Amino acid sequence: MNGVHDMGGMHGMGPIRHERNEPVFHEPWEGRVYAMTRVVRAGGGRQNLDNSRHLLELLPPADYLRMTYYERWYARLANQLVANAIVTREELDTGHAAAGSPKAEPRVTAAMVPDMVARRNSARREAAVAPRFKVGQRVRARDINPAGHTRLPRYARGKSGVIVRDHGVFVFPDTNAEFSGEKPQHVYSVRFAARELWGPDAPPRDCVHIDMWDDYLDRA
Amino acid sequence: MEERRKTTTGSDQHDHDHQAVPSDLALRVKAIESLLVEKGLVDRAALDAIVDAYETKIGPRNGARVVARAWVDPAYKKRLLTDATAAIAELGYSGGQGEDMIVLENTPKVHNLIVCTLCSCYPWPVLGLPPVWYKSAPYRSRAVIDPRGVLREFGLELSEETEIHVWDSTAELRYMVLPERPAGTQHMSEQELAGLVTRDSMVGVAKVTAAKSGAAP
Repeated sequence: MNGVHDMGGMHGMGPIRHERNEPVFHEPWEGRVYAMTRVVRAGGGRQNLDNSRHLLELLPPADYLRMTYYERWYARLANQLVANAIVTREELDTGHAAAGSPKAEPRVTAAMVPDMVARRNSARREAAVAPRFKVGQRVRARDINPAGHTRLPRYARGKSGVIVRDHGVFVFPDTNAEFSGEKPQHVYSVRFAARELWGPDAPPRDCVHIDMWDDYLDRA
Repeated sequence: MEERRKTTTGSDQHDHDHQAVPSDLALRVKAIESLLVEKGLVDRAALDAIVDAYETKIGPRNGARVVARAWVDPAYKKRLLTDATAAIAELGYSGGQGEDMIVLENTPKVHNLIVCTLCSCYPWPVLGLPPVWYKSAPYRSRAVIDPRGVLREFGLELSEETEIHVWDSTAELRYMVLPERPAGTQHMSEQELAGLVTRDSMVGVAKVTAAKSGAAP
């Protein structure tokens, strides 16, 4: 979707605020939101990483820009818990489980956390899918504007670049985010000259590498 | 500590993209936690353990050890640049958001810079959770269109001869920069070298200097 989250190349966002000796969490509630999100993500049900990213993109744009990072995560967590019928809006408002509400199984305990944080949950797939492109080939990013989730940033659409690396086969986020299949396919590192992306005033030898799925690319 | 928000209502003192925190947000988060505990989804101690893992164990000191090893061990460096995931796992670091790692070597000719313009992708097992600036609109918007201006804001002025390679983390590959080993460090041990390596140098917004002490960033 052409949302405000797709920020590459935008102007007017102000200076970068670099905080010295920044704490991991600025407030205890930020850590709790992070931890609860990890617990929900480690559980089953109708959720995956791509869909989780899309839920953030679906926040109203003014809210997205106004909120802090973990405020967005809080909003997503609440929305996700309700959407997955883990809690109801009423329960969120009262802070108490409704009478007779079912107990979740299994309970996540502290003993399970080391495995949870160390667990690899790779989006790489072993599926035998042929690559459509090879290293060194010139390609053009498709000029597409899907209304749903995509990882093809606007600033690259229609631009041409060179395949510099084939990363192998990965889950395709555009379909996975809407639970319509993993559609595994090759992901490449595509090198775009800064001048191709930003015009003749850009430095002549600088470049941006963007990871792109087969479905984002055509031959140039 | 330059600035640290004291309360959830005092966010107006906090001038990066922290604004307008609802005063009851801390309470609403507590309410969700109580619900999840009451429903048997999670123990509070498990949430404590997750927070503790990222506050005290999974952070940029891990990445610094990887960098220092690569500086002193050419065979390790070669493995790191060809199969970063396996080489990093040799030192015991792996896990969520580091499943498929790529390490990029900075040289006098090429300077690499990492960003995620679409969200906040970052290599958790080696660098921990990302700092606010990395997740913020100013960095995400400008790193790709004006990397030299961004680096200048971090105090790093690169020669026009140096190519800047920006890496936008749009897929599930996670990137870390192998910064250049500073001159005058031949006498230092691997452990001392690790103490020089900053988080920012592994994102690509800074160089490592021999003088600087090792605390993140």
